[in-house]
Amino acid sequence: MIQLEVLRYNPETDQEPRFQRYEVPFRDDWVVLDALNHVKEELDPTLSYRWSCHMAVCGSCGMMINGEPKLACKAFLRNYPGVIRVEPLRHFPVERDLVTVIDDFVAKLARVKPWLVPKEAPGAGEYRQTPAQLKRYKQFSLCINCMLCYAACPEYGLIPEYLGPAAIALAHRWNRDSRDAGRESRQDEIAAKEGAWECTFVGACSDVCPEHVDPAGAIQQVKIESTIDWYQAHLTPWLKNEK
Amino acid sequence: MSPRPYVRPISAREWVFRHPRYVRYMVREFSCLFIAGWTLLMVWGLKQLADGPAAWAAFLELVKTPASVAFHGVTLAFAAYHSVTWFNLTPKALPLQVGERVVPDWVIAGAHYAAWAALSLIILLWTL
Repeated sequence: MIQLEVLRYNPETDQEPRFQRYEVPFRDDWVVLDALNHVKEELDPTLSYRWSCHMAVCGSCGMMINGEPKLACKAFLRNYPGVIRVEPLRHFPVERDLVTVIDDFVAKLARVKPWLVPKEAPGAGEYRQTPAQLKRYKQFSLCINCMLCYAACPEYGLIPEYLGPAAIALAHRWNRDSRDAGRESRQDEIAAKEGAWECTFVGACSDVCPEHVDPAGAIQQVKIESTIDWYQAHLTPWLKNEK
Repeated sequence: MSPRPYVRPISAREWVFRHPRYVRYMVREFSCLFIAGWTLLMVWGLKQLADGPAAWAAFLELVKTPASVAFHGVTLAFAAYHSVTWFNLTPKALPLQVGERVVPDWVIAGAHYAAWAALSLIILLWTL
């Protein structure tokens, strides 16, 4: 048996969150999500948390496990000796128990237009892309919007206006796509003070990403490209129309 | 949304000690204080040089004191830490792709270390 210490918060009855301990069986192949499902099914049906795929694809079960942002479906019990402390993702308001309010992230994500802004009207057939062109953006396209990077980023915790790692990485993903023409329309968001320039390169976002995306890298690349834009606009403004 | 979501307080200091990565980051940031202090000392040294031999000799005596030597040692350690951590991060900021192949991180970071070593050597030979 192992001890699971879960943060509980009921907005209808609680003034503030509290920890509740559960004793769950230990199985070598169980992850924290299995332990939470055991609690919900066998011990306490009132426990609330998000999950869906149980295979690190949907990005729903992000939570703090012993203080680190993790996907509960990827966090094996066998890697955590002693009591396992489970809390909602840091830096987001707590809706109920382990469920957070993610409206801020969803709104920021929409602001960077994380979709294809086509260069040309689609003709007959598919868009063509070479393997080299695919490679330019592929790693950034693996983001599953799990928000672990937001929970790891002290900048986002202290400055909530900051656009944040995943939104900038996804904007960068489309900017690097050979089929896309939306870069200029994303620059107002990602090249702003609350965009890439709020980042001081702590690098925690890339450390905790369960899909090995490198949002910290994306943000630094956005800074470099925005700086080049600035110099081009101020030193060679006559080239702008020819771009 | 629930009628009363709970917003957890965030301490401006507590987060640093949550994980060693945040401490390493803050050490990197703090290194600039020592480097800025050393730069100001150099500017003051230039002024002393301009003020004549007596002022310059007094400056040289000052930098030989144990406190100054200790300060220089600490500043050198911080400067080296800052340089090494930044060079190790360069592959993130300056990724290179040649065709379908991505240039390995060690090549990009290594190029920075090589430039550092070459420039240090040139300056050293220049001053000998």
